Amino acid sequence: MKQQTPIAITGGRLVTPEGIVEGALRLEDGRIASVGGEAKDGDDVVDAAGQLVTPGLVDLGVFAIDKPAFHFGGITRAALMPDQSPPLDFPSRVRFAAQSGKPDFWVHPLAGATVGLEGAQLAEIAMMRDAGARAIATGRSWIADSGVMLRLLQYAAMLDMVVVTHCEDSALAGKAVATSGEIATRLGLPSAPAVAEELAVARDIALAELVGARLHLRQVTTASALELVRAAKARGVAVTAGVTPAHFMLSDLALAEFRTFARLSPPLRSEEDRQAVIAAVGDGTIDVIASGHDPRGPEDKRLPFVDAAPGMAGAETLLAMVLTLVRDGVIGMERAFDLVARNPATLLGVEAGLLAEGAEADIALVDPERPWVVDSRKMAAQAGNTPFDGQPSQGRVTALWKGGVAIPL
Amino acid sequence: MTSLQNSSSPGRYPAGGRAFPHRDLISIGSLQTHEILFLLDEAEQWVELNRQPSKHTDALAGLTIINAFFENSTRTLLSFEIAGKRLGADVVNMHAAQSSVKKGETLIDTAVTLNAMRADAIVIRHGSSGAVGLIAGKVDCPVLNAGDGSHEHPTQALLDALALRHKLRERGEASSDGMTNGLAVTICGDILHSRVARSNILCLQALGATVRLCAPPALMPSGVEAMGVSVFHRFEDALAGSDVVMMLRLQNERMDGQFIPSPREYRHLYGLTQDRLALAKPQAIVMHPGPMNRGVEIESDVADMPERSIITQQVEMGVAIRMACLDVLTRKARKIPGWGEGEWV
Repeated sequence: MKQQTPIAITGGRLVTPEGIVEGALRLEDGRIASVGGEAKDGDDVVDAAGQLVTPGLVDLGVFAIDKPAFHFGGITRAALMPDQSPPLDFPSRVRFAAQSGKPDFWVHPLAGATVGLEGAQLAEIAMMRDAGARAIATGRSWIADSGVMLRLLQYAAMLDMVVVTHCEDSALAGKAVATSGEIATRLGLPSAPAVAEELAVARDIALAELVGARLHLRQVTTASALELVRAAKARGVAVTAGVTPAHFMLSDLALAEFRTFARLSPPLRSEEDRQAVIAAVGDGTIDVIASGHDPRGPEDKRLPFVDAAPGMAGAETLLAMVLTLVRDGVIGMERAFDLVARNPATLLGVEAGLLAEGAEADIALVDPERPWVVDSRKMAAQAGNTPFDGQPSQGRVTALWKGGVAIPL
Repeated sequence: MTSLQNSSSPGRYPAGGRAFPHRDLISIGSLQTHEILFLLDEAEQWVELNRQPSKHTDALAGLTIINAFFENSTRTLLSFEIAGKRLGADVVNMHAAQSSVKKGETLIDTAVTLNAMRADAIVIRHGSSGAVGLIAGKVDCPVLNAGDGSHEHPTQALLDALALRHKLRERGEASSDGMTNGLAVTICGDILHSRVARSNILCLQALGATVRLCAPPALMPSGVEAMGVSVFHRFEDALAGSDVVMMLRLQNERMDGQFIPSPREYRHLYGLTQDRLALAKPQAIVMHPGPMNRGVEIESDVADMPERSIITQQVEMGVAIRMACLDVLTRKARKIPGWGEGEWV
């Protein structure tokens, strides 16, 4: 589906990387034609009525293609984790996944780093790149073998692809489902110390620095690991860090009553770590906020906590949770959209994620104040496993375009 | 000793069903002190009964109690079975460790199945923390937690408190209000994996005792100080000044990896010997929830000390406590005056 007529979105506040500007946003032939000018004769004019006009969100690291949930959340592109069944460790599977959302949603597959995601044998990464993979990912788990990780990073550096890694030392994390501390102790849950993340981050940064590879730590959730990222960035290592809203909105207190919707990987952390994540978003240590969208039905979640699958359906709540950081003064509005659109697009090397002439016309209209209540029973997602169930929120997407074509919401 | 029937200690807890306004018994953590005292006082009548030649009542006649044990158990299962039978209930044991659970049925489906059989109470043991609470949310009858993972084992803590009370009473040291204020209790062993330890910490503290924990660091749960206990790694330090020493066994079946070098080495540092016991207060009481590993965490001559060890009394009190819990939790269904629908909620 192609954009037929030019569109001018007028009367809105355009969220550009440089700040909020007034004026019209013109979309032509699926691209952004101008930012902040006037509408032209023959344009289909859309009145934004004072709402925000933003780039469509680019969600780095989701586990399912769940279009209704993504569209609800203003997400127009997502990088799909290789943890599929069968895994994305083979060129033809990557090619299929890359086409699976079109035309109204673009999927950017992440190539599985190792065969079967088992962390032992490198997969055919260059062939997967040529089949449409935009980056490489280790999957849900860390590559425990440092030799394999070194060779992976060398190979990725040669191909100039980012390696997206999960950061938990697997020997230390073991079968843990919670972070060691008072809550895990009271509940009697198997737990691992938060330092499991610091260990993994330290090794991966050291190896990436050694070979000059680009490394993206998909979720950094502890104060000590964030400190390592901060220091690595200061000395010029090509490392970026991400997080999901769960780790800046919730601490391990959310595990009370054995709520399996709060069973996440990595597990929820202490309140001190939660505060450190907020600070790291504020000071630029964290580059990406993603949904980690992983819809899980009752067969995976209505189980004893230890047996429940980790993961949350996060696509619908991503934007509203990020906007809490704007309201709290942690970040400005333009930085919010850097975190959820521009930075992930840059990492993936796609010309999207920002309002700039020539960029893909993936556009959202956002009413940042509109109140709503998260309700796990009424989700657009394939499953309602949100840890934010019942939480009053603000900020909703009211209109969405992919490549200049309106998507009915 | 006089029988402590329903009017045992007026004023200690609210009247009728308000004395225990819970459908289930999942955790000590969800109970108020007066509710714990109520269950302990209720158990006294069953201690008396169990010491008679004829131990039968018809209090729960016609009721069906299912003991659903998803984890192997001998003593707790037997204790609940005897408790139910002495109260006149029809008791059915489901050894779920070798049942449809193995065929892939989910826990919720098993719970729904038990519920459809119209049990009047279900006693559950499960290997996962929180699993019993999960089942309780899916059934219509009272649920008793007989141990869930490393979370809680409430009837064990109650029976321990009752056994302690009886020993203190025998020595003339029991407090008339049922509390054990100021008692220093040392719990030593595999605290990390122990639901008995968690329930006992909460129960003993509610009754006014102070709790010391002793274990090697790998078997001590992180952040447990936040529960108001003091933490020791040298057994000798923990023992000094203790009124009660509660020993726990090593739960090898729950260990994921190696936590101690060897049982022999564990005994070397943490085995309760006569010499170590001498570091505690002169008449310090010795407890163990069983099963014991003689020669590992406790020496035989300590376990069998007649004036000090109350390990067999703990087992005796277990039946009485479980009778009390089954009786109290089924009162609403049995329409006992003061406990019926709408009479107190």
